[in-house]
Amino acid sequence: MTLSLFLVQTLNGLQFGILLFFIAAGLTLVFGVMDFINLAHGVQYMIGAYLAAMFTALTGNFFFGLMLALPSALLFGLLLEFLIFRHLYARDHLDQVLATFGIIIFLNQAVKVVWGAAPLSVPVPEVLSGTVVLMDGLLYPVYRLALIGSGLAIALLLYILVSYTRIGMLVRAGASNAPMVSALGVDISRLFMVVFGFGAMLAGFAGAMVAPILSVEPGMGDNLLILTFVVIVIGGIGSIRGAFIAALLVGLVDTLGRIFGPFLLRLIMDPSAASQTGRALAPMLIYILMAAVLFFRPAGLFPVRK
Amino acid sequence: MTPLPQSPAAVETRLPATRAGFMRREWLPIMLFVLLALLPFAAMLGPEKYTLSLVTRVMIFALAAISLDLILGYGALVSFGHAAFLGIGGYAVGILAAHGVQDAALQVPVALLASGLFALLTGAISLRTKGVYFIMITLAFGQMAFFFAVSLSAYGGDDGLTLASRSKLFGLAWLENDRFFYALVLALLIGCYALTRAIVASRFGRVIRGAKENPVRMEAVGFSPFRYQLAAYVIAGMICGLAGVLLANQAEFVAPAYMAWQRSGELIVMVILGGLGSLHGAIIGAAAFLLLEEILSGYTEHWKLIFGPFLVLVVLFARGGLLGLLARVRGKDRADG
Repeated sequence: MTLSLFLVQTLNGLQFGILLFFIAAGLTLVFGVMDFINLAHGVQYMIGAYLAAMFTALTGNFFFGLMLALPSALLFGLLLEFLIFRHLYARDHLDQVLATFGIIIFLNQAVKVVWGAAPLSVPVPEVLSGTVVLMDGLLYPVYRLALIGSGLAIALLLYILVSYTRIGMLVRAGASNAPMVSALGVDISRLFMVVFGFGAMLAGFAGAMVAPILSVEPGMGDNLLILTFVVIVIGGIGSIRGAFIAALLVGLVDTLGRIFGPFLLRLIMDPSAASQTGRALAPMLIYILMAAVLFFRPAGLFPVRK
Repeated sequence: MTPLPQSPAAVETRLPATRAGFMRREWLPIMLFVLLALLPFAAMLGPEKYTLSLVTRVMIFALAAISLDLILGYGALVSFGHAAFLGIGGYAVGILAAHGVQDAALQVPVALLASGLFALLTGAISLRTKGVYFIMITLAFGQMAFFFAVSLSAYGGDDGLTLASRSKLFGLAWLENDRFFYALVLALLIGCYALTRAIVASRFGRVIRGAKENPVRMEAVGFSPFRYQLAAYVIAGMICGLAGVLLANQAEFVAPAYMAWQRSGELIVMVILGGLGSLHGAIIGAAAFLLLEEILSGYTEHWKLIFGPFLVLVVLFARGGLLGLLARVRGKDRADG
């Protein structure tokens, strides 16, 4: 266990956390502002990845692909909102779970029909391929660094948007008391649509950005969705700041736990038992983290509603 | 102080307490069970093995769905990790069998104890939270159980564990007989249905329902809902653990996939699809879900393209699930006639 390994894994954890944040940001707003449980948020990430793969193959350039994928993901999200979701806002959470579960089932199958069941791969763009030397003996892929950089930039942008603009103010107000915002004369259904489309686009962006480093396949959003729910619950539903901190926390705990859990256990047990227990415990770590957070703070780290 | 209803009859006075009233209320579950009891005879005319195995599977999931409906429909406790109990029951069978303990007389108590303990532990923590946070924390515990099962490399890990045979019953291999197994599952389904019906009608069940409607008021009249909810959670977990024992025997296989969050989601879907908070709605929901899956997948490999929108349409246009739909159709009939 060396310093460089630790640094590489920390960067990996950071990158994973940022990916989670992209998806969690939209989900926590949709959840916080509209009180709407959208299980289909994970398939929007998958759709983003597929759109990026398709447009990249069509244009032959990842950046053009990304430019085309983003508005398409936005349009797709708005279409879903228009056709289905807006009829569900007034329903209880269970109806929302059932309907969005149906959408997951449909879309996971639909991408198989449209793009085939085999995973697609997207080449890493030429400009961002290769590695950089971060320190002696520490190489890191440029693309992953770019991912981290763009993630931090977008987080900053989102922070400014939510904290210092009128629409951001409405979103924050909506998260703490939506009926009151509506009573004050704000067209709440338009606000909902903006929030929803924005969330769908962010999830699509996350999908498009990871397309070059992960395989694009049906169901890729399912497990990530669950992790995203963990993130927004730890962060406190409706809180962008909470989602950001929780996403990084979950990303780091998950990545570092998988690598260093066995190392730490080796201090107290013999190597083979340590590696086995470590492997067993690592995937559970974030759920243990979440259960612990909820045990001490039943409404998450940064509760929005009082 | 508003007096609490004293006996089951107090609430159900809306319907006449006559034999005709009893039949009107109970015809659906009675017809369901009669249908299930007669089915093996009809099955002899066709592909018996296939029919029995399919319907046995339906009944096992109905049992799991009933247990979920007990806490979800009556207590509004949306457990998104209920499939964990299916897995615990299944693994109790699988692990004991791997060590040579094949008798259900021992496997079932161990399975019930294990699922009961898991429910007690996780329930005590989860019930501290409310609403969406409860959904998420039960999900977290379900995922923990899932990953724990994946890590059991001595028992197949990710791939699961194939059973050498079905469980013995007091040393005899009765469960190998599909007809006997069918009858046993049906008997257990009816037994658990009657048990849960008795529970929701009892004073205990009333407290659970009261806590769903208005927890503050329940505390004001002197109840602490937490203990009642925890007890209901444990009972539901144990019934679902029993379903897990049966599922492992039916498939002669256990795998972590039993506990996947998608499975928990499917259980919720079954309960809502049938109609929340009626218990027999859960049976109808499980049957509709599994039979539709079976029939549609017979027509096309892309059956999910039909099944997904079907769920959305049920939510948008059939409030109260299939049971609600049925009630509306019958109501219209009566209005017409």
